[in-house]
Amino acid sequence: MSTTSLAIAMLRKQLAHMRRSSRPDHEARGDASIVPKDSLAANALAAVVAIMTFLAAVTSGGVAMVIGSANEWQSEVAREMTIQVRPTSGRNIETEVSKAQALARAVPGVVEARAYSREESDRLLEPWLGSGLSLEDLPVPRMIAIRVAKGAAVDTAALRQSLAEGVVGATLDDHRGGIDRMRGMARAAIAGGIGIFGLVLAATILSVAFATRGAMASNRPIVEVLHFVGAKEAYIATQFQRHFLWLGLKGGALGGGAAIVSLILIGRVSDLFVGTAGEAEAAALFGRFSLGFMGYVVVAAEVGLIAAITALTSRHVVIHTLRNID
Amino acid sequence: MIQFENVGLRYGLGPEILRDLSFNIAPRSFQFLSGPSGAGKSSLLRLLFLTLKPTRGLITLFDHDTATLSSDSLAVLRRRIGVVFQDFRLLDHLSTFENVALPLRVIGRREESYYDEVAELLGWVGLGEHMWSLPPVLSGGEKQRAAIARAVIARPQLLLADEPTGNVDPQLAQRLLRLFIELNKSGTSVVIATHDIALMDQYDARRLVLHDGYIHVYD
Repeated sequence: MSTTSLAIAMLRKQLAHMRRSSRPDHEARGDASIVPKDSLAANALAAVVAIMTFLAAVTSGGVAMVIGSANEWQSEVAREMTIQVRPTSGRNIETEVSKAQALARAVPGVVEARAYSREESDRLLEPWLGSGLSLEDLPVPRMIAIRVAKGAAVDTAALRQSLAEGVVGATLDDHRGGIDRMRGMARAAIAGGIGIFGLVLAATILSVAFATRGAMASNRPIVEVLHFVGAKEAYIATQFQRHFLWLGLKGGALGGGAAIVSLILIGRVSDLFVGTAGEAEAAALFGRFSLGFMGYVVVAAEVGLIAAITALTSRHVVIHTLRNID
Repeated sequence: MIQFENVGLRYGLGPEILRDLSFNIAPRSFQFLSGPSGAGKSSLLRLLFLTLKPTRGLITLFDHDTATLSSDSLAVLRRRIGVVFQDFRLLDHLSTFENVALPLRVIGRREESYYDEVAELLGWVGLGEHMWSLPPVLSGGEKQRAAIARAVIARPQLLLADEPTGNVDPQLAQRLLRLFIELNKSGTSVVIATHDIALMDQYDARRLVLHDGYIHVYD
């Protein structure tokens, strides 16, 4: 290429650049997307996605909390056992209690075996017999509360056997009946939580899919024009899929973020009531308001899932529209 | 270039609205397609533009039997045809420049490569001052010219125009007709669907007249 033609080419390029720089404001902002960015339908869809993601994320956070608490109930109760020593004539009950306590402490997995004193045992009866009564003449049994290490499997049969052989009037209660009932209750709570989460997720998926279809209805003329100017199916579908994926991610991040902030705020507020009777009851029943790492992972997965549904629905509508045109 | 052989069309189970159409459109030819309202002009244009499939007969477009082509092949074939719609079909959120450049954009060309072409064409159709205007602020005639510019920007071999002068005054109609004649002289085959007798009388060209579902060709 000669120097003159190179100079002319550069001049043309410079001229083209100058022409482009004379674009109005909306162009300077890069508003050249084939799919309109800020339409009413798109904003409404983003709002629906944000609201539904918020509800799904809060539900998943709540359900994770209940499942955690249910598992906690089970393990807490399973970690406790009780030895009851009944007074027997001709035997010193303090000696029998000490023997039972020693036998319990010798069992692998037991971290604590605390014997209730005579006064503590009497106080246990106060709710039924009232206070101020002299219980010295009554054969009040004595209790030993055993605490098992977390995750340890205690051989209760062996302990029961050694108690029967070495301590008169001692019986071991491993709360089996209570644990079974607790386990049933925990399972019911977990199943209920998962069921509610499943319903909320299904409602979210359906509402987002239908809202996307609604938003796509207003884009039909764009699909048609692109089709008429010779765009291939994949090109048109990709334009819309990309736009709606971004829309879904934006709405989902907004809803998921709001849910995370809400759960953190609730946790902070509940911390202000630590130590009160009501808080202790609520914490025992529902656990602490904290999301945990898995909670964040689940919320992020929900945002991704909802954005993917938005994108795939738009793609499906584009392909369906094109098949209808042809 | 285009060959229709015994083509018939019906919508659903309704009566046949186009019957036994047999004609051809030669390269670099100019023709008016006319007929009373409801005669099937728009349907015939849709058959020519491959957005309708005939219920019977054979359509050969650029040496391809259209019945055997995949949707992607039809899209590629459609790029050789420019269409001016009666209702313009401009995208309101895109500027005049972007609307006109759409056929080039969908084939993957970057703006740097087509900026000058589009700007030049817009100047040629008298829209140089409205390059960055959005369609809602354009007049009917300006929209019409933008639609024509979009139809011809990719240098199609065939230009189809559906009632291009239906919404404009006689002066503009004359200017548009001159524009189509210029395009034809530059090598594009032109089919103008119209029932404007005055427009057809202004230019001596082949006429395809639809009546009762049949086509009558006056060379």
